[in-house]
Amino acid sequence: MADLTAPMRWERPNALSFTIGVVVFAFVIWSFSSVGLSLERIVRGIPALGSMLERMFPPDIERLPRILEQLLITFQMALVGCILGLVLAFPISVLAAEGLSPHPVLKHAARALIALFRTVPDLVWALLFVIAVGLGPAAGVMAIMVDKIGFAGRFFAEAMEEADKGPQEALATIGATRTGLIFSAVVPLALPSFVATSLFSLEKAVRGSVILGLVGAGGIGVELKVAFDLFNYDTAATIILTIFALVIAVEQASNVIRRRLI
Amino acid sequence: MVSSTLARILPPEPEAPPAPPVLAVSSLAKTFGERAVLRDVSLVAYRGEVTALIGANGTGKSTLLRALVRLVEPDSGRVMMLGQDVRTLDRAALKAFRSRVGFVFQKHNLVGRLSVLTNVVHGVQARMSGPRSWHHALAPAAIREEAMACLAAVGLADRALQRADSLSGGQSQRVAIARMLMQRPEFVLADEPDASLDPRAGRELMELLYRLAHDKGLVMISHRMEHTLRFSDRIIGLAGGIVALALETRHAHADQLKAFFDRPAGFSHAEDESPYG
Repeated sequence: MADLTAPMRWERPNALSFTIGVVVFAFVIWSFSSVGLSLERIVRGIPALGSMLERMFPPDIERLPRILEQLLITFQMALVGCILGLVLAFPISVLAAEGLSPHPVLKHAARALIALFRTVPDLVWALLFVIAVGLGPAAGVMAIMVDKIGFAGRFFAEAMEEADKGPQEALATIGATRTGLIFSAVVPLALPSFVATSLFSLEKAVRGSVILGLVGAGGIGVELKVAFDLFNYDTAATIILTIFALVIAVEQASNVIRRRLI
Repeated sequence: MVSSTLARILPPEPEAPPAPPVLAVSSLAKTFGERAVLRDVSLVAYRGEVTALIGANGTGKSTLLRALVRLVEPDSGRVMMLGQDVRTLDRAALKAFRSRVGFVFQKHNLVGRLSVLTNVVHGVQARMSGPRSWHHALAPAAIREEAMACLAAVGLADRALQRADSLSGGQSQRVAIARMLMQRPEFVLADEPDASLDPRAGRELMELLYRLAHDKGLVMISHRMEHTLRFSDRIIGLAGGIVALALETRHAHADQLKAFFDRPAGFSHAEDESPYG
């Protein structure tokens, strides 16, 4: 006769997982106390925030032409960095993709490069490139490019690895070269994913490029920093609103493109 | 010329020496993990003939067909095909060899997002590489015309610019045959090309394949007995990893084939599927 007693509701945790659970829980509690976040401080901060908001409005549009000019440069920086990054991400992702990489050594090297580019934040890359190529948009473009290689490289490689193997096998059986196989079967199948990743990269690049100016890598970020440093909160408000408009516009445009192409 | 003069005087030889087989497999074996799918398979196939491979699921028909062009690497044995010792070929030579053999897959394996015409143009990669072979828009005029002729041969010239994934199963398989023709193969292998089609589409497809590939020589797998009997010249039955049946189709009867499939388990295992059905 089979045992008809219902099984236990919960599995009893073993000593190891119980210990890990306790340690993680303790760490989380400790983290909360470490960061000095308290309701009291937040409440005390509200008037300061209020007075800043008060000084922000109405926004000062006197410097609007200069701000728009810088905003355009910011967008151009994002666009160029993103395009360069995507173009370079493609060959690197082919080298990194399982089944497409010509050699295991190349595969591991490409994966390591992508991981490095992805894990180091773009702000850090910007700091490095400001030192290397000097202040200005060129450093920002380089930082965005490297960041996008890391971001898109990984997703391009995954999209190609997931592409249907059938057509690839058919082309291999025809006697196609590896390049022929990639461009005839893999890329067409992975294209929707490529487009989605590219558009998302651009959105991310536009948002990121705003921050890069803070460390001197060109664009509107510099204006924003100066405005805050000089307590010109009304100018800062104009800058923030234009950034907001730009990011929304890019996201909407990329949504339209996504719907059309995919 | 002496020889031609002699040929005119002398009566023709009573019995022309048989042409050498275009495919000769000897003692081929392949094991997946613990399972010996092919144990000791030997067979021959000739140009201008259709050889049907039959056998229950899991008897290694697909594995055998794939091993012939090394989509599966055999463990031992020999494959002589189109005058090449297939197992000894290096990468480049294998590529060149594969370009001479047409392969029709059970699941047509078209690139669904691309047009029918582009899928057919891909067949030219057997003899040319580079962007001009990737897409019909980039292909030279001669290649586009040849691809259209191949599409016309399978009756789908009017669908050239349609996306491949918008076609029915039968149409897709016909496009796959057009791609195979574009390859200009010297010999053709077909792995259950009629498997996923309804009876009528399946019969039409087999008629088409027979018409287009018979002259070159064709080795095909089919689970439909009526197709095996109607469209083949020889039948080879696999069971237990060896060739357990070999006969000319004109001497074969449906009852005999049925009996082959119904033989007691232990000899012709229909156990778990091989990785390739």
